[in-house]
Amino acid sequence: MSTQEQEATQNLTLVQSVRDALATEMELDDDVLVMGEDVGKNGGVFRATEGLYDEFGENRVIDTPLAESGIIGTAVGMAAMGLKPIPEIQFSGFAYPGFDQIVSHMARLRTRSRSRYTLPMVLRMPYGGGIRAPEHHSESKEAFYTHEAGLKVVMPSTPYDTKGLLISSIRDPDPVVFMEPKLIYRAFRGDVPEGDYEVPIGEAKTRREGSDVSVFTYGAMTRPTLEAAEELAEEGIDAEVVDLRTVSPMDREAIVESFKKTGRACVVHEAPKTGGLAGEITATLQEEALLYQEAPIKRVTGYDVPYPLYALEDYYLPNAARVADGIKEAVEF
Amino acid sequence: MSTLERDPGDGMVQVLDEEGGVVGDVPDLSEEEFVAMYRHMKLARHFDERAVSLQRQGRMGTYPPLSGQEGAQVGSALALAEDDWMIPSYREHGAALVRGLPLKQTLLYWMGDERGSLIPEDANVFTPAVPIASQVPHATGMAWADKLKNDGDTDRAFICYFGDGATSEGDFHEGLNFAGVFDTPNVFFCNNNQWAISVPRERQTASETLAQKAVAYGFEGVQIDGMDPLAVYKATTEALEKAKNPGEGERRPTLIEAVQYRFGAHTTADDPSVYREDEEVEKWKAKDPIPRLERFLRNQGVLDDERVAAVEESVREEVADAIDAAESTVRPDPSSMFEHVFAEQTPEIRRQAEEFARLREEYGDDAFVEE
Repeated sequence: MSTQEQEATQNLTLVQSVRDALATEMELDDDVLVMGEDVGKNGGVFRATEGLYDEFGENRVIDTPLAESGIIGTAVGMAAMGLKPIPEIQFSGFAYPGFDQIVSHMARLRTRSRSRYTLPMVLRMPYGGGIRAPEHHSESKEAFYTHEAGLKVVMPSTPYDTKGLLISSIRDPDPVVFMEPKLIYRAFRGDVPEGDYEVPIGEAKTRREGSDVSVFTYGAMTRPTLEAAEELAEEGIDAEVVDLRTVSPMDREAIVESFKKTGRACVVHEAPKTGGLAGEITATLQEEALLYQEAPIKRVTGYDVPYPLYALEDYYLPNAARVADGIKEAVEF
Repeated sequence: MSTLERDPGDGMVQVLDEEGGVVGDVPDLSEEEFVAMYRHMKLARHFDERAVSLQRQGRMGTYPPLSGQEGAQVGSALALAEDDWMIPSYREHGAALVRGLPLKQTLLYWMGDERGSLIPEDANVFTPAVPIASQVPHATGMAWADKLKNDGDTDRAFICYFGDGATSEGDFHEGLNFAGVFDTPNVFFCNNNQWAISVPRERQTASETLAQKAVAYGFEGVQIDGMDPLAVYKATTEALEKAKNPGEGERRPTLIEAVQYRFGAHTTADDPSVYREDEEVEKWKAKDPIPRLERFLRNQGVLDDERVAAVEESVREEVADAIDAAESTVRPDPSSMFEHVFAEQTPEIRRQAEEFARLREEYGDDAFVEE
């Protein structure tokens, strides 16, 4: 790739960067294909596969029957035979009919076959709330997948990372669950290089340097967290914001290093509190950096209730005000 | 009329009656092939009896017996061409041995050693799945991938095995539905052995036959006598051929319902006398595929007492050798559990592996291993 090409960028929304990553990788590798309900002619309900059907044809952009287990299970078979399928589940809340295929087979086939079969597949699913969707369209259940050995779980927060991480995921020899923050599918645009590039799986990114408190977050919650950090800066609180980008494997080193610097932490995610990843991050800090700790670690999360219908979702979903309150609690202890 | 064109309602496809008499068209097999079929079945039976015995002696873990199903397993596996693929359930040890999976591997797997899952590169056998019917979509995906890679053409077929209980699962429906829609080169082989652990076939479905379910997916279903190895061979051969070279207007996939019986338990963990009558078992034992084929081959002059004795002796030796080999295999290296999770270990798995190594070093394996 020439320097000039490398510098060529486009200004894309996050969902456009998903499409751009798919098109880029499909162009480069004939084994890559996308499949799922409505991904073909319709271009996906969120338009993540828009135009790919015309560009690559019905054998590489496949409209399947409406059947999550069938979509994921046949993708497992395809991947075992050397293709690189990218099944799409329309909403993460609909993945459960395919859950057995995800945890019993997608995650385990390498182990079960002693690495004879690897599954270079990426299971894409939009997750999370805040878009006024019906019941079962807003869940944030990344903890299910991070709890399962054998799966990598990626949750990007910017258009640039989305393209680079999705390309890395497609090239990864192991199965990846790629959870897309649909709240910010179109909330803003960002510069995205043309052509292919990788953002490595498993590396966190410090979005804002700070010295008073470390705030750990990922996906759609990165934005309200940064917003809260900027607000608090005006009040004299200097928060460091670390975007995990990949929740499994988690970049424990980055988390611990940031905490050692600040001695205080707040973890933000929209998933329910109990059994959520904030608990995992907190436990990691207890194990690795207890003596650096200056205050209790604060968790700002969704509540342990079924995701409410949208009349109440603004109260459920952490926003900048709640995040700021949580950060202050960690700082003012 | 081809076997596959028969309506399931026409009754089961049969070549040999229960006495080994010929009632259908005998497949065109050489004397050596007939003897090989017989030997594979005897091998599967003897292996099975020894495996159950090993479990009872505490030398092996839970094991799913296959006795009674040799005709279906061996007859269908022998129909496969070299390049064809087999996607088994956890009970197809007899079919897998035909495809070149060493008996030692099967023993190791049920002895709890992951290395039992290492299938030789030249054996086109997929790693067995334990959850019921979940391998059906895999088989469809594998066949579909082959077709996609070859621009819609394929010269390989993919046979997938499952039981009668599996036909109640969503994955059975989803796998067959995708196969019909995408016209994949699949043969779905249902080993209807009448019992899903303790629940009878009648509790799985109100359908008259399992084969007729194929109608819902737009391709043929055929019900065959699963304890007649020649009927199995014949129907499977035709289904595999159609998967590769469908006729005008034909769909590639086929659902075969092989009606049969498992003589023993579902696994060594259940007691079949709790849920079924001895009379029923005896009735089905009269249909045992092995004496049936033996009688036929004796009538043909292919087998005699001497040849049968030679087969029995060689089968006993082969199984004994496999048991010796499996039992003399040293236990797997405990650190191997951290391998084969990902192509490359993640930092956290590496840390856990290091901690595990330290614990073993400090306390010794005796502190962990129950005797």
